Amino acid sequence: MNLKTPVSNHDHTIGPADAPVTLVEYGDYECPYCGRAFPIVQDIRRRLSDRLRFVFRNFPLTRIHEHAEHAAEVAEAAAAQWKFWPMHDWLFRHQQTLDDDALLAGAREIGLDVERVRRELADGTHRARVRKDFSTGTRSGVNGTPTFYINGIRHDADYDTATLQAAIEQAGLAQATP
Amino acid sequence: MSAILSAGTPAPDFTLHVTPDQTLSLSELRGRPVVLAFYPADWSPVCGDQVTLYNEVLPEFERYGARLVGISVDGMWCHRAFAESRKLRYPLLADFEPKGAVARRYGVYRETDGTSERALFVIDADGIIRWRYVSPVDVNPGADGILEALEALTAEATP
Repeated sequence: MNLKTPVSNHDHTIGPADAPVTLVEYGDYECPYCGRAFPIVQDIRRRLSDRLRFVFRNFPLTRIHEHAEHAAEVAEAAAAQWKFWPMHDWLFRHQQTLDDDALLAGAREIGLDVERVRRELADGTHRARVRKDFSTGTRSGVNGTPTFYINGIRHDADYDTATLQAAIEQAGLAQATP
Repeated sequence: MSAILSAGTPAPDFTLHVTPDQTLSLSELRGRPVVLAFYPADWSPVCGDQVTLYNEVLPEFERYGARLVGISVDGMWCHRAFAESRKLRYPLLADFEPKGAVARRYGVYRETDGTSERALFVIDADGIIRWRYVSPVDVNPGADGILEALEALTAEATP
């Protein structure tokens, strides 16, 4: 299963654009499995450093996670203020409490213009972006959260540190071999 | 297991319970595409499971005028509790008595564990199977194949 929408400058990316491996995650800030994957991805990013580019796309399961949609929109609101990643990290560290008050408190904590975030949340300014991410995910065979793609190929194995890192390194080697 | 029904075959009609006091027949859904999603069992222990995923993707199916129907060998009371807990917006059919009879007719019953395959059928407005896919039972097939099949049907209908 392949990623149908290639990574572009519309994406939230961290790590060099010319890294040998790009890891894309479709995730939901309220999903406990994504919460468990968060430190794993952090750890792998630290270990692989500039050999890895990481991309996060929204895939909120809004019917079972009542705060997931607003959490995703707040992350996008933070992106509009150039602080996507601090917000992203904050959301995964505070998964248990993601009601609107908590989201705005988080936005304040990382130094966002909170009134702007509140307004954008109320206006649904970033809803279309979140929907678009979701839609690219369904088209690419996202089958739950989190779903990872390593250099565009869906990673169907486990995502514990060892398995995911091994898969990433293997993809990196494949990349290096002409 | 008999062979899985292939594309081009008329989809066998059936009538199954959706709730204790309500049944649904496939033939009632004629006139628009139907997505028939067999899955092994209610209550699979992950939050991104197939049933939940389809609940989220439902608006995209509906954009093609399609009706989504889930089906497993679980009983209607089990389905009701499961559907409530996942806030499902589409019906789950109970292929419960005689157990797995519909799954057998579609060739997707699993004798080994008494459940059905993870099998997807896209049936056109005239009741003909136009696409089908069987996923390994432990792999959630996602929604992309269904969307592509519905897109192909729509493209055909509007040349």
